Amino acid sequence: MLEFLTRLFQRHSPGSKDVARERLRLVLVHDRANVSPELLSMLKDDLIRTVSKYFEIDEKSLEITLDTSDNMVALVASIPVQCVKRSVKMASV
Amino acid sequence: MGEVIVITSGKGGVGKTTATANIGAGLALRGYKVALVDADIGLRNLDVVLGLENRIVYDLVDVAHGHCRLKQALIKDKRFEGLHLLPAAQTKDKTAVKPEQMKEICLQLKEEFDYVIIDCPAGIEQGFRNAIAGAEKAIVVTTPEVSAVRDADRVIGLLEAADLREPKLVINRLRPKMVRQGDMMNIDDIIDILAVDLLGVIPEDEQIIVTTNRGEAVVLDDRSRSGEAFRNVTRRIMGEPVPLMELERNGNLFTRLRKIIGLG
Repeated sequence: MLEFLTRLFQRHSPGSKDVARERLRLVLVHDRANVSPELLSMLKDDLIRTVSKYFEIDEKSLEITLDTSDNMVALVASIPVQCVKRSVKMASV
Repeated sequence: MGEVIVITSGKGGVGKTTATANIGAGLALRGYKVALVDADIGLRNLDVVLGLENRIVYDLVDVAHGHCRLKQALIKDKRFEGLHLLPAAQTKDKTAVKPEQMKEICLQLKEEFDYVIIDCPAGIEQGFRNAIAGAEKAIVVTTPEVSAVRDADRVIGLLEAADLREPKLVINRLRPKMVRQGDMMNIDDIIDILAVDLLGVIPEDEQIIVTTNRGEAVVLDDRSRSGEAFRNVTRRIMGEPVPLMELERNGNLFTRLRKIIGLG
């Protein structure tokens, strides 16, 4: 019964393809923006230099991506931390 | 001199191998000499889709490394006059062949065959680079899903950067009923977004599973919708202008009734 009712009401809501098309449009805006690899590599080097002052990090597994959601582009950096540097620990005590 | 066409998609599982097998068989049915090349080294599948898995002796890597002559590695399909398969290696990895070697193999093949069709692996790395190295034209396969169309867009960009301009699009596994209900992107939505020419639309069809189970080509099946769609794609590749087929033959009971009373 409930299934029948939801199906009855779904018919009046717009189809999901409009959602698909809009999400696709947004994701392609970002994909096609194409931030140059050189720029990303420079940013990566700077990030490594700064973060390394505080953490020992796995430089090889570091990942930087641009993420699009809700009309915004976010810079997402995944930096695997191996351990906190001793000097930093001391300073915080 | 033949023509080298690569069939690619970016995303896996959209039907590249099925499309390669059926377009190849379709062209062979029309009397052309066709060589199908499985460029998916390490994950070969075109052989099983075509039902030729028990006849492999040599493969693409053997040819590239000079372990055998090209002719020795080509498997002749006994059901279709003119259809040949160059299988991928299963035990090596995709770095076993270099783009220059693929180019050379394609050059040799197109001297002998009217059409050389390359089944590209999923992804955009080395295997993709190899598969497109010797190609002159490209067909991009996608399905009406956000992920598949997004990957198709990326691949179209990479193809154009590699000087494979104006790739043609095949939309696979379209469900006319869902499109009508507004729950699946339609042909225009996809073409608008990708801005490429349409080569064909293949409706979702259970018969593909049946024929693939048997190692046969659906393009031979006169009664199946996907077979008809693949025959149309084949004719368009040959240069014939063929209109898109009506995706919902007869429609449902309601639209049929409307037609009968002259409303539709």
